[in-house]
Amino acid sequence: MGGWAIAVHGGAGVDPKLPEERQEEARRVLRRCLGVGAAGLRAGRPAVDVVEMVVRELETDPVFNSGRGSALTQEGTVEMEASIMDGRGRRCGAVSGLTTVKNPVSLARLVMDRSPHSYLAFHGAEDFAREQGVEVVDNSYFITDENVRMLKLAKEANSIVYDYRVPVPSADTCSASAGLVGATTDGGMQMNGLPISIYAPETVGCVAVDSGGWCAAATSTGGLMNKMSGRIGDSPLIGSGTYACGACAVSCTGEGEAIIRSTLARDVAALMEYKGLGLQEAVDYALKERLDEGKAGLIAVSRNGEVANGFNTVGMFRGCATEDGFMDVAIW
Amino acid sequence: MGWAIALHGGAGDIPLSLPVERRAPREATLRHCLELGVAALKANRSPLDVVELVVRELENSPCFNAGKGSVLTTNGTVEMEACIMDGNTKKCGAVSGLSTVVNAISLARLVMERTPHIYLAFDGAEAFAREQGVETAHSSHFITTENVERLKNAKEAKRVQIDYTQPIKGAIPSTKGDSQIGTVGCVAVDGHGILASATSTGGLVNKMVGRIGDTPIIGAGTYANSYCAVSATGKGESIIQATVARDVAALMEYKGLSLKEAAAYVIERTPKGNVGLVAVSANGEVTMPFNTTGMFRACATEDGYSEIGIWPSGINDDLEYPNK
Repeated sequence: MGGWAIAVHGGAGVDPKLPEERQEEARRVLRRCLGVGAAGLRAGRPAVDVVEMVVRELETDPVFNSGRGSALTQEGTVEMEASIMDGRGRRCGAVSGLTTVKNPVSLARLVMDRSPHSYLAFHGAEDFAREQGVEVVDNSYFITDENVRMLKLAKEANSIVYDYRVPVPSADTCSASAGLVGATTDGGMQMNGLPISIYAPETVGCVAVDSGGWCAAATSTGGLMNKMSGRIGDSPLIGSGTYACGACAVSCTGEGEAIIRSTLARDVAALMEYKGLGLQEAVDYALKERLDEGKAGLIAVSRNGEVANGFNTVGMFRGCATEDGFMDVAIW
Repeated sequence: MGWAIALHGGAGDIPLSLPVERRAPREATLRHCLELGVAALKANRSPLDVVELVVRELENSPCFNAGKGSVLTTNGTVEMEACIMDGNTKKCGAVSGLSTVVNAISLARLVMERTPHIYLAFDGAEAFAREQGVETAHSSHFITTENVERLKNAKEAKRVQIDYTQPIKGAIPSTKGDSQIGTVGCVAVDGHGILASATSTGGLVNKMVGRIGDTPIIGAGTYANSYCAVSATGKGESIIQATVARDVAALMEYKGLSLKEAAAYVIERTPKGNVGLVAVSANGEVTMPFNTTGMFRACATEDGYSEIGIWPSGINDDLEYPNK
């Protein structure tokens, strides 16, 4: 064991009827970002630099729900959030409520490195961005036509789109967790009243362990389609969507509220640290025992160069690579 | 088993020389809030109701860094945050960046109960507050002269720091003679082992606008599940990276430690001077460890034990009431 390793994700919960060309597009982006990360690790870059770099790539690409391509608030605007954690020293940085910052994960990094705090949000975060001179653009840059369409549909269904790609076996499951989902029946291939063919992916994330054995994690998102303005999800919350320590690094995606309630990312590490489970065991345990009815997925690496992932959704856009040459990109 | 309750008004560098005029009102408030909480538990109110009502009381007191009496941002404004968690269902609610809401903890509860979300912040949270018709007030309600003074001192100290020491990236300096870091919180368990936790704060003196601390982050400053309920206080940044509240529960669950052992373990591993917490377990145990100079705290259990304190037991406090 040992050596570097990296994993990326582009969101848990995938439309099982996703057209092949969209699948291929997603795989291509994942493969490319994985390549960027692997090259960095091969060149001896620290894990925290690598996860930032890879998430920047994922943010810039409109295919996934972060940066450009972010889900829209009920007002039709974009509010982005991200967090990064360096297992070395467990330093962390997070941001929420960004509306003009091109790469939220990099601002999170600056919060970690250049402010006395760990988490900045909304106007304060935007001010900090300007102070730091990061690249800012108009909010419209982040908005894609596809997501404008999605928002319209979500409003018509009058619901928050959690994971509308998962077939609903019965009305109860989703209303229990969503609270205001209007269940419909249509051969089981609808969720939140929306046809399952609606496609809009989720959060992005990256975890890596470098050749020094240090782990790091980063997660970035636009959040939930049709969310209330000001809503914060799991992605910027250390211990929920993102976590890294000496033992491992974790990045989660899925129903934010469920991930927060289960402090999913921290739990994977705690299971390793306090219960002595191995990486994949901890991942499986956390997903099985901690989520209740929540839908989520996660990726993880350990200081020993292992990679693991798990999800209880219909799919998760993901990829991983290890120093011994193994590389894989998958959706289902 | 049996009910138990613990509450805090902040851990920090509370000097032993704290003058009586600053000490007495705080102790009186702790006592008053403890009595309120105990009465509610005896009246079979749910732990969720109990922690909310106790924290509301602490927020309304100008003595502590929450609600009225919140410390100020670098702009001289208040930005309050709070969080509540129901250990039975693991439902939770959190708010940040509030500037007009009189009781942040109650808004957090409304987020939990009346939205599909867990956490609302800044303008969105304020808008929700108005929608819900909660009590709001002008900033003058929250800002105390004490805190205006604190902010002034903090800014002056920072200037001095830059002059004479290696420039630390804006580290918040401690001002002698007063607790800079504080928060209020309450944890409770009823006779059935149902747990709840609530925490509320104005944050760090001279914090950057938009800075969020540990209080509203589930697992950091606040946590409750079927094992225990925890509310932490201290330096937010340290509490976040150590996921203090969640770790206490995780140690009990995954490593089989007792409440006291788990809490002590976490406190010991967090840099000294940075953290304190109150916690209760499903069995009605209480613990209130801290690694700061002091922590304003109080607790009571059904079997008659109660305690109100500031510094480590045995030091300078004549306020223990065993078997009251």
